[in-house]
Amino acid sequence: MTDSNSSARFVNIGERTNVTGSARFKKLVMAGDYPAAVEVARQQVENGAQVIDVNMDEGLLDAVEAMTTFLKLIAAEPDIARVPVMIDSSKWEVIEAGLKCVSGKPIVNSISMKEGEEPFLQHARKCMDYGAAVVVMAFDETGQADTKQRKVEICKRAYDLLTGIGFPAEDIIFDPNVFAVATGIEEHDRYALDFIEAVTELRELCPHAHYSGGLSNLSFSFRGNETVRRAMHSVFLYHAIPVGLDMAIVNAGQLDVYDQIEPKLREACEDVILMRRPDATERLIELAESYKGVSVEAEKQAAEWRSYPVEKRLEHALVKGIDAHIVDDTEEMRAATSERGGRPIEVIEGPLMDGMNVVGDLFGSGKMFLPQVVKSARVMKKAVAHLIPFIEAEKEAGAKAKGRIIMATVKGDVHDIGKNIVGVVLQCNGYEVIDLGVMVPWSTILEAANENDADIIGLSGLITPSLDEMVTVSEEMQRAGMTIPLLIGGATTSKVHTALRIDPAYEGPVIHVLDASRAVGVASQLLSDTQRDGFVGSTADEYEKVREARANKGQSALLPLEEARENGFVADMALKAPAPAQPGVHVFDDWDLADLEETFDWTPFFRAWELAGTYPAILDDEIVGESARSLFADAKAMLDKIVSEKWLTARGVAGFWPCRREGDDVLLDDGTRLPFLRQQVKKSRDRANFCLSDFIDPAGDWIGGFAVSIHGIEPHIERFRANHDDYSDILLKALADRFAEAFAERLHQHVRTNLWGYAEGEQLTNEALIKEQYRGIRPAPGYPACPDHSLKPTLFGLLDVEGNTGSTLTESYAMLPTAAVSGFYFAHPDSQYFGVARIGRDQLEDYAARRGVEIAVAERWLRPNLD
Amino acid sequence: MTLIPSKARAQFEAAAAERILITDGAFGTQIQTKGLVEADYAGDLGLSHDQKGNNDILALTRPDVPESIHRAYFEAGADIAETNTFSANKISQADYGAEHLVEAINHQSAKLARRVADEFTAKDGRPRFVAGAIGPTNKTLSLSPDVNDPGYREIDFDYLTEVYREQAAALVEGGSDFILIETVFDTLNAKAGIMAVKQLEKELGREVPIMLSMTLTDLSGRNLSGHTVEAFWYAVRHAKPLTVGLNCSFGATQLRPHVKSLSTIADTYIMIYPNAGLPNELGEYDEMPDTTAGFVHEWAIAGQVNVLGGCCGSSPAHIAAMAKAVADVSPRKLPTLETKTRLAGLEPFIMAA
Repeated sequence: MTDSNSSARFVNIGERTNVTGSARFKKLVMAGDYPAAVEVARQQVENGAQVIDVNMDEGLLDAVEAMTTFLKLIAAEPDIARVPVMIDSSKWEVIEAGLKCVSGKPIVNSISMKEGEEPFLQHARKCMDYGAAVVVMAFDETGQADTKQRKVEICKRAYDLLTGIGFPAEDIIFDPNVFAVATGIEEHDRYALDFIEAVTELRELCPHAHYSGGLSNLSFSFRGNETVRRAMHSVFLYHAIPVGLDMAIVNAGQLDVYDQIEPKLREACEDVILMRRPDATERLIELAESYKGVSVEAEKQAAEWRSYPVEKRLEHALVKGIDAHIVDDTEEMRAATSERGGRPIEVIEGPLMDGMNVVGDLFGSGKMFLPQVVKSARVMKKAVAHLIPFIEAEKEAGAKAKGRIIMATVKGDVHDIGKNIVGVVLQCNGYEVIDLGVMVPWSTILEAANENDADIIGLSGLITPSLDEMVTVSEEMQRAGMTIPLLIGGATTSKVHTALRIDPAYEGPVIHVLDASRAVGVASQLLSDTQRDGFVGSTADEYEKVREARANKGQSALLPLEEARENGFVADMALKAPAPAQPGVHVFDDWDLADLEETFDWTPFFRAWELAGTYPAILDDEIVGESARSLFADAKAMLDKIVSEKWLTARGVAGFWPCRREGDDVLLDDGTRLPFLRQQVKKSRDRANFCLSDFIDPAGDWIGGFAVSIHGIEPHIERFRANHDDYSDILLKALADRFAEAFAERLHQHVRTNLWGYAEGEQLTNEALIKEQYRGIRPAPGYPACPDHSLKPTLFGLLDVEGNTGSTLTESYAMLPTAAVSGFYFAHPDSQYFGVARIGRDQLEDYAARRGVEIAVAERWLRPNLD
Repeated sequence: MTLIPSKARAQFEAAAAERILITDGAFGTQIQTKGLVEADYAGDLGLSHDQKGNNDILALTRPDVPESIHRAYFEAGADIAETNTFSANKISQADYGAEHLVEAINHQSAKLARRVADEFTAKDGRPRFVAGAIGPTNKTLSLSPDVNDPGYREIDFDYLTEVYREQAAALVEGGSDFILIETVFDTLNAKAGIMAVKQLEKELGREVPIMLSMTLTDLSGRNLSGHTVEAFWYAVRHAKPLTVGLNCSFGATQLRPHVKSLSTIADTYIMIYPNAGLPNELGEYDEMPDTTAGFVHEWAIAGQVNVLGGCCGSSPAHIAAMAKAVADVSPRKLPTLETKTRLAGLEPFIMAA
């Protein structure tokens, strides 16, 4: 709760609720259609505005009335009111009327020294009393600051005056005036550069202050020519942000990505803004002619790229991930190649691979992100699929790939999103990938490697038992006398585990690959004649160091099990939850998908695509924002179909059983024993050594359990596969995972408020749910508080999960279908998540006895907790 | 204009640097135990409405009652007396037809609290403080009472500011050291209260330190106007309050995560005075003094609080138990916050430095 969910380097201020900036908003307010006007504000926040600018300065409006009416209305909308407001007016009376309606801490836009120091300070003092930050316009008694010198002079004077009356420096935001450039008047040529240089200098002179600018002025002389205006704004921001521009009133959806502006136009804009040549203005005006009348970027592209020569069209389609014309274009290229006596394979080896190389370079240099790369791969696959019959007809050998890689999710594990992403990225970079799918036994992996003369094997896994299975694969590779490199990846894998357990088992190179973006680098070095030995050697050294460090590292001391138990957590059993309102087992055959969609936690979705950041801020992230927005839009579109066409079925079961605590076990009244593990690492001072059983009353209590799963994905996955559409395949799997998590969240809420009913009046926002701000926990077997996956069969038996929901377990206790969650419910208000972490031999032996299994078996399940 | 600094602030800061201070407990439930009848409340004021339940008017009709309660809390170890003026504002007193008595009630309430406080200071030399308490009124600036007209408001900012200014002026005149804007369920109401005190300071030419206390209405940690604890703090931080904190809401257990989060972001003293647990089926508070004291002791040990006390359902026994429990615990040290722009809607928004 203390972590601020919104903080940002560059702040996008929504400008759609500004009558001077939005014709539509103006029309709505003039017509008194406030409900529609409120929707404009809502959309802006949904689209990622971090602050919303409200401006009612229109001659025919009673601005005070309009401002206060609108602010009061949006105060009643939690989706809008969550972000701060910028009260924007040139009239102080409108600003002050607005300040009286805003409950948070807003920004006032703006005050200035236009009418002298006294009114300026009077307004500033009022802002302090109301609690508001201010935008200060670079304006004094003699007028607006135009030159760099005047901008610096006025802002510095205002800064000294304000800090002199105790105004917090961090609450000052200067607007040093963005004026129109390229007007044809020579004195205007320096305006943009003066702004940038003034901000650079002011940053030194005025500690903690911020800088803002209204961009639309800049490109005023190109009104009607949206393409040029957008390019100018993007170029200006590209240069102004690094020197200190922190915020801008801008329609975030209408900015171009700097790198994607046509180079000629970008250079011409840059020449104007940075005043790089005396004829910059004429050149931009001349160039602008060619963009005239093209109002929408998409139209422009549609008109333009379809007229490129066919090689260029293929490249464009690959880089942009557009599959609409790819089959036609590929066919055109094939026919042309054939006409001049070439073979179909040349289409792949020539233009298609060239296009994919561009994609690979952009990805490698961080200018393109994973979702775009996967889209590019879809285009590539469709092109190749079209060519294959022609290639086979000529009986020529396939294109020579850079290398052949076998990929598999190991036996017992069903998770393959990450593996598929790595596969796609490798294919995009010219490697041939033979994907063996999920739950692949070691014998199949080795066989496939031999039959296909593979250059590399890549293993993936998500659950902890897969770590052991990977060791098995490496041992078998060793026994078979193989020498090819083995790559290890997946959420549960780590460099340390690879170094300690897998690398020693196999003499060939073993490399842990942290994420998909590293896969290409690793593969290319391993298959390079010149780099291979160095890379293998340095990795081996690195793992040797990890092992040494591990051997020498004084591991945190463990308490003897008895002492850890004595230091267990003592819950006040007077506070335990009452007996469930509706005991027994409850089955849900088809939970409403639309309801689950509302509970989505989107952040892990973006993480699955290797886009770093927190939702919703990620949508406006300076670096990955565009990529995230596009992915999000695709996800939303697919979600609509999933829900409206009912692609998936959410099935679940929950139950509650009377029980009591017995030592570290929870003993159900029906005789079922649930043994749990206790933290044994020595704690500082008053921290307890937790065990889940600590939250259960020895004198009698209740425990719950649940399992949810998302069914029906297979026909859709098959359809995508048939269509060579990895992008949709990965997207659907990632969304199914979100549905499973959302279902677990929703069901838990239903349990708390209805079925168990110990938190009847609980009302939490989705954000609060995601942050787990509720009473009780739902730890899952196989995760930190309860690391033994093998408790799942017990839980499944209690709930008859298979009979009630159709979900099953693999031999490593991964749930099938893959998008699924299960766990126990603990309701005590003090119950909390913790990690068991390392345990001692004494607890292992004790636990094996309590579980009724051989020590060796328990050791296998608890291996990650043993060292 | 430079204001004359508050001496009480300096004394408070000196004391708060050394120990955890104690404020008092509930008034309402204490008055209930006295078994007063209509005649006790009404006195000979000749008001047209029934006065039973108008606790604040006792300052005029039975001043011995609030005086004895202040005395009992000081005896239990309190450092601060909160005046019995939660509803002594024009809006709330209108329900009793007593709006013309607002100035007198506040003036007398502050005066009698001051007298008892000074009496205790004279005995042992330890400073005692009087916090003039201002309640939220029963009207809200942020919400419409009419679901069909979300833009409607019963009162406006200027009116509420004037209501608060009148009350605060009488409280200070009667000898209050600080103005305590408490049980803030609507952040904008609190901002009007802050504005009122700022105006008063300018009129008097001297500083009137503010204490702010938010109340949570749901377990996720928001007040009625929808602000999270962090957003609330950024929305009122301009008051440079002497203390900020939480009161009423729920019992201490439910407040725990919010006390923790506020203590890390507030660069001023933290004052928490929870209810004595949650009410039972009969609407009574039955949490035992040692239980409440045990909870607040955890915050003290964790270094999260500077001032502790009680709200609904607490008694001098609760205050005595708290005072005893934290007597030897060091007070929370004020954190230094990085200089950053901290804005707020219903949720906080921080700009990178």
